[in-house]
Amino acid sequence: MENPSVILFYSTNYAIWTKNVLQKLHIEHKMASVPRHLSSECGYCVMIQNQDKEKIIQILHQNGIEYDRIESLIGLS
Amino acid sequence: MLSPKAKVVYFDNPATSFPKPEIVVDAIAQCMKEIGGNPGRSGHRMSMEAGEQIFFTREVLSDFFGVQNPMKVIFCSNATDALNLAIQGLAYQGGHAITSSMEHNSTIRPLYELEKQGKIRLSIIPCSSEGLLSCGHLENAITKQTSMVVINHSSNAFGTEQPIQKIGEICKNRGIAFIVDSAQSAGILPLNMAKDNISILAFSGHKGLYGPMGTGGLIIADDFNHKKIRPLKFGGTGSLSDKIEQPDFLPDCFESGTLNVPGVAGLRAGILFIKEKGLACIRKHKEDLVAYFLKKARAAVPGFLTYIPDSSIKTGIISFNIQGFLCSEIANALSEEYNIMSRQGLHCSPLAHKSMGTFPHGTVRFGFSIFNTKEECDLAIESLQEITQKKGKK
Repeated sequence: MENPSVILFYSTNYAIWTKNVLQKLHIEHKMASVPRHLSSECGYCVMIQNQDKEKIIQILHQNGIEYDRIESLIGLS
Repeated sequence: MLSPKAKVVYFDNPATSFPKPEIVVDAIAQCMKEIGGNPGRSGHRMSMEAGEQIFFTREVLSDFFGVQNPMKVIFCSNATDALNLAIQGLAYQGGHAITSSMEHNSTIRPLYELEKQGKIRLSIIPCSSEGLLSCGHLENAITKQTSMVVINHSSNAFGTEQPIQKIGEICKNRGIAFIVDSAQSAGILPLNMAKDNISILAFSGHKGLYGPMGTGGLIIADDFNHKKIRPLKFGGTGSLSDKIEQPDFLPDCFESGTLNVPGVAGLRAGILFIKEKGLACIRKHKEDLVAYFLKKARAAVPGFLTYIPDSSIKTGIISFNIQGFLCSEIANALSEEYNIMSRQGLHCSPLAHKSMGTFPHGTVRFGFSIFNTKEECDLAIESLQEITQKKGKK
């Protein structure tokens, strides 16, 4: 991904839920291990294109999917 | 002497269904062979795939039982485990609990234990001779302190059905948590948590849902706040790993420890099997077998006794005795001499048997599944005939 951001969740259950919703809507995304500098979680997060962020926030709200926060990874890789 | 090759007839489906559909066996095997990771614990592909197995099953279950949020599906190891979580989890607030005289020990024992410990006050409402709870009696038993009503949808001993929608309405109007034990009804009778006004539903995965043993769970209604239920288990969830407090969000707050992923994958396959067959078709098959068996048994087996009107049997269960025999004699002879598996005794439901006048001796129970046939019923009736004739000759 060129301009990646990651959605961090309290629980990996919500990461998988998000993955499935984004897959059905054909929105670019990727599952990844949680970057250690961002969180102490054991599991995974969902990587998205930064420009899709606002659209995806709306989708998360519409589906009742709880998440912790969205962090940009631009300039970190 | 029974030939080892004699056909096995399995009528103990209310204990656990057998055989399981091929797709259930295949789903479990595929999960064990190809998806070996621990869901939610690691960031690698196999862990994610295991997590997907769990999530897809949550989705299937929430849809099947009429709940919108899949995270309100909590996996447990069986319906007893789920009922304990619901009952003990709500009881920390104290108050008054109401249940019926048709319950399984999975409900009565935790409630009785809580009452013994002085944590709650318990009322057990007697049911009618048909095993039904009167809504009027329930309303009379409710007090300002009543915090939960726990009812089994269908009796494991007699196959009766309680009017859960009406009971749910009474509870909802008074702000009382309504817990339903669907161990014997899920996969047979229609159940919709929103329409039936159910706050918490406990289900078994390995009976009418055709999943493997070791599966079951709790489903919390969309409009019921899960924080009213205190977790019974505490430990690793893969979430909030930097904290020593238990998470308070669903489903992690109730799912400490590694889940039974192959079992959950098999459970999903079981529900897909049921959806393909259709609940109405499954129910009709059982009703037909019950009607067929009862008609022929009454005509052919001297002293054949049942305890409720045939029209009250809703889940394919026949509870019977034969005059002059202990139920254990019948069940043992069926198993040892005819390869027919049934269950005798009190079926972990002493109060239900007291209600129906079959305590302390109990009954022989046949419980049909979608795989049973009229030919198997004929075989059982011939066997019962022979058993009674043999004793007559002695």
